[in-house]
Amino acid sequence: MIRIPDFANATPIQIIFCVLAVITLFTAFMTIYSRKPMHSAIYLLICFTSITGHYLLLNSQFLAMVNLIVYIGAIMILIVFTIMLMNLNKENEVYKPRITRLGAIVTFCLMCLVLIAMFINSKPIVGEYTTTGEDYQSIKVLGKVLLNEYMVPFEFASVLLLVAMIGAVLLSKKEKTTK
Amino acid sequence: MNNILNQIGIENYIFLSVILFCIGVFGVLYRRNAIIVFMSIEIMLNAVNLLFVAFSTYHQDAQGQVFVFFSMAVAAAEVAVGLAILVSIFRNMDTIDVGNLKNLKG
Repeated sequence: MIRIPDFANATPIQIIFCVLAVITLFTAFMTIYSRKPMHSAIYLLICFTSITGHYLLLNSQFLAMVNLIVYIGAIMILIVFTIMLMNLNKENEVYKPRITRLGAIVTFCLMCLVLIAMFINSKPIVGEYTTTGEDYQSIKVLGKVLLNEYMVPFEFASVLLLVAMIGAVLLSKKEKTTK
Repeated sequence: MNNILNQIGIENYIFLSVILFCIGVFGVLYRRNAIIVFMSIEIMLNAVNLLFVAFSTYHQDAQGQVFVFFSMAVAAAEVAVGLAILVSIFRNMDTIDVGNLKNLKG
């Protein structure tokens, strides 16, 4: 069943969640809506920061820090550098034809409707949540899980990052044959 | 430590993630600038990550968070390679409008 939060006597955590959710959705929408790519990048940065706030709210400190470092530190720097390198910060983008844009909006509404209806009608979630009191998301526990059960995927992730690095260098290198 | 989901409820996180994911899909369909399309893909990845963490808290289990860790590693690799491809496309065609990339059209 859906529990409608009563806004009259909301706890501080509910207020924080609502504010963070509004910031996340608004900046995600503005990322797509704003004309200049640089403005989109700044909005995306705020969106990622608010998602880090959600992680902190769920008390998963490790993922909050990783999100801060990987997404806000690394990925946003890459995107911003690419925008500046290609000098793309212009507003001369041609829009798609009107029928395609209308189709995009209809797809957005239908997908929201279908997914939300699906989750509402799926197995109802019991009102009370179990708390085992056991520590499951500190860095100590996560490190043990990562290096015991997920040892092989963890090593393959490092291989993947190495391959991605080599691939990025090869792809963006200037070809000498096309003089 | 009491469960945070007692106060917020898992369904609110589900709705937030669904709407965020749909915004990402909308961005992929709506814009022509390849960098914005890239950012929309990042938004979709983040929506799914957020749902993973919420369900990890719901089940009081660390596995979901490990999965998010791997998906972040894959996302970082994907962004590096994708932006390199964008740079080389821009060098060859002087545009990153996805509507102009139709050399493979028969």
